[in-house]
Amino acid sequence: MGRKLLLEKAHVEGIRHFDVYRREGGYRSVEKALKMTPDAIVEEVKKSGLRGRGGAGFPTGMKWSFLAKPEGTPRYLVCNADESEPGTFKDRYLMEFIPHLLIEGMIVSSFALGSNTSYIYIRGEYDWIADILEAAIAEAKQNGWLGKNIQGSGFDCELYVQRGAGAYICGEETALLESLEGKRGNPRIKPPFPAVKGLWGCPTVVNNVETLAAVVPIINEGAEQYASIGIGRSTGTKLISACGNINKPGIYEIDMTISVEEFIFSDEYCGGIPNGKKLKACIPGGSSVPILPANLLLTTAKGEKRLMNYESLSDGGFATGSMMGSGGFIVLDEDQCIVKHTYTLARFYRHESCGQCSPCREGTGWMEKILLNIENGKGKMSDIDLLWDIQRKIEGNTICPLGDAAAWPVAAAIRHFRDEFEWHVNNPEKCLTENFGLRHYADPIHVPVEKN
Amino acid sequence: MADETKTIKVTIDNITLDVAPGTTILNAAREIGGDVTPPAMCYYSKLEGSGGKCRTCLVEVAAGSTADPRPMPKLVASCRTTVMDGMVVKNITSEKVKDARNGVVEFLLLNHPLDCPICDQAGECHLQDLGYEHGKEGTRYQFARRTFKKEDLGPYIQLHMTRCILCYRCTYVADQITNKRVHGVVDRGDHAAISTYISKAIENDFSGNMIDVCPVGALTDKTFRFKNRVWFTKPVDAHRTCDTPGCCGKATLWLRGDEVFRVTARKDPWGEVQSFDGKPGWICNTCRFETKQTSSWTIEGLTTISRHSVVGANKYKTLEKPNETVQKVMHGVSPKLLMDIHSVSDVNKPSIHLSEIDRAANSNDFKK
Repeated sequence: MGRKLLLEKAHVEGIRHFDVYRREGGYRSVEKALKMTPDAIVEEVKKSGLRGRGGAGFPTGMKWSFLAKPEGTPRYLVCNADESEPGTFKDRYLMEFIPHLLIEGMIVSSFALGSNTSYIYIRGEYDWIADILEAAIAEAKQNGWLGKNIQGSGFDCELYVQRGAGAYICGEETALLESLEGKRGNPRIKPPFPAVKGLWGCPTVVNNVETLAAVVPIINEGAEQYASIGIGRSTGTKLISACGNINKPGIYEIDMTISVEEFIFSDEYCGGIPNGKKLKACIPGGSSVPILPANLLLTTAKGEKRLMNYESLSDGGFATGSMMGSGGFIVLDEDQCIVKHTYTLARFYRHESCGQCSPCREGTGWMEKILLNIENGKGKMSDIDLLWDIQRKIEGNTICPLGDAAAWPVAAAIRHFRDEFEWHVNNPEKCLTENFGLRHYADPIHVPVEKN
Repeated sequence: MADETKTIKVTIDNITLDVAPGTTILNAAREIGGDVTPPAMCYYSKLEGSGGKCRTCLVEVAAGSTADPRPMPKLVASCRTTVMDGMVVKNITSEKVKDARNGVVEFLLLNHPLDCPICDQAGECHLQDLGYEHGKEGTRYQFARRTFKKEDLGPYIQLHMTRCILCYRCTYVADQITNKRVHGVVDRGDHAAISTYISKAIENDFSGNMIDVCPVGALTDKTFRFKNRVWFTKPVDAHRTCDTPGCCGKATLWLRGDEVFRVTARKDPWGEVQSFDGKPGWICNTCRFETKQTSSWTIEGLTTISRHSVVGANKYKTLEKPNETVQKVMHGVSPKLLMDIHSVSDVNKPSIHLSEIDRAANSNDFKK
């Protein structure tokens, strides 16, 4: 098993409380960082190769260096804890078990970015975690790690927890900022980007929980040490929330050198598929990334072993690859119906579309209705092509990535499992009681891809 | 040289022009005019922050600027993207744009009822124009459309949410022209709706402008609803001295005979409220709903309307007919002989030659 950086101490008795956390070596990175210059910290994060853990995988140091720094304007750091991607629950685990790690990471990051007021925007459904975080913030403040003049360094930082009200869209950074300002959570039109005009019109950085927590080991151990873990441009460790048809669902901290096959089948991680069933498909990075059939999941189109990292998972583009995403690893066994699964996702995106721009607002509802028809044996063959056309017209034409997120799962399901859709159309009675199973891809097949 | 303003060059559909820095692509295209201008359903130049939502104005940026000539990866909303020096934009010359726009129109019409004949906005509806110019002739949607009950927003305005395309313009009007907004968008996704928070009336001197900015028939004037068709009325420009602060007093009266059926703000060629002295010419509710006597207004003359607009129909006694070129091209063959209707219809007997009938054919001609 690889090294654990984030969850190493997560199961120490009482680590949720400041005293135990401090005794276990907590807040060392703040002590170290306060002696550095903010630019040096940004440089360190850049060197570490840390990439955003929220889904897009954008280099964090680069994002930080884009932050505009006009004189006399406050800057903000916002932690995106609105973890709403179906299949992703890593941030919840981190905040629930070791909340001080996030707070520590946020103090260091706030110092690096010059933010004197930072926010944690947490989804409304995590209400008990918001309580945990607030208690932890109070403890940190009591011990002089937050508030005015932190540890005599002259740096002031206040940390606030803001609860969302249960909207997936508020995980999109500009919608999050709107919601944080107390408005309706509609994504803003970019540019201007938050780094220039974010919260209350001031330069703002929005980072995922795991990203900010990862700043702690980077400062503690140094960027070179952090960058030496992992492979290529996927440095450090990544939390994967594994779920679906596996023996051991849960959170795993992996270094990004292990293969997907090892991750699913080894006892150290997911422990294989229950009841001796076969692997059918997998969504490797949370519900919005393209689904991959077993053959393309385990090996890339070039025949290489697929590894659990940013580059390898996206190898082959969307034609034969997928994305690392937020690390929501959903495994589907041979009994799962891809049509039903796609319908479930389409229903989710229809429910969560903010309704601001027309392709996403109307298209998601349309796709859901068509998929429901196919699932219920009322579909037509032309519906499959229609679905393809709809997703094509949503993708890339919307204000925020939710449109893409709604289009990709449908596109990938049709691309890789078209025969299952056709079987549903051709067997309207049978599809209600039986499953298509595994039939169509005993061997890795060449998938002809229409240019999207 | 002191008052020389800096301009930047932008190329839209192979037409290069100089514009002021900070101009959006859409406004630059409006300077050229014609087909090169992308359609806009939600953008309203007089309302700050509007635009970007409907996605009808998507264009392709083939080169970002002279400094960075890389193309933009996605289509961009031209109403919210400012031009850069040396930017190359493709609108109607891009297949990608046409395809995307076609999709957007289909999405907009998905839940919009296609009952223009009974809609009060027919004839001056932007969605109607958009569908005509950029849409498909048929729909692929096979499900029930979403419907809402009609709702009264106070004594003057009726909301029929079924027709709404959620452009958000009326919320911007309420925010920026009236000082208190009591309506907004409730719910989200395809069940989002414009509504007041539990059946409130919108009471504000400028609430009537919401009707003017509405691109479809979702917000209609209750004092005009179903009183007349717009193309039967004659629009004239008129003005009066209005005491309401913020009201420009310049309006368009929609007459039939001497009766004023409706008063609206004056519109520019883009369907937006005209500006006077750099200020948008919003009018107050007193002018709009309560001043419907011609005696209260000083009439300036006929309103200039686009010759393509249906509002212009039936207004002129002598129509200038276009040159008939077909006969010339076809060596004297009359156009009505071009189509052999006998081949497509069994009703008409082939023995009867339409060209031999010197008036409009009727059923008697075929009963011989």
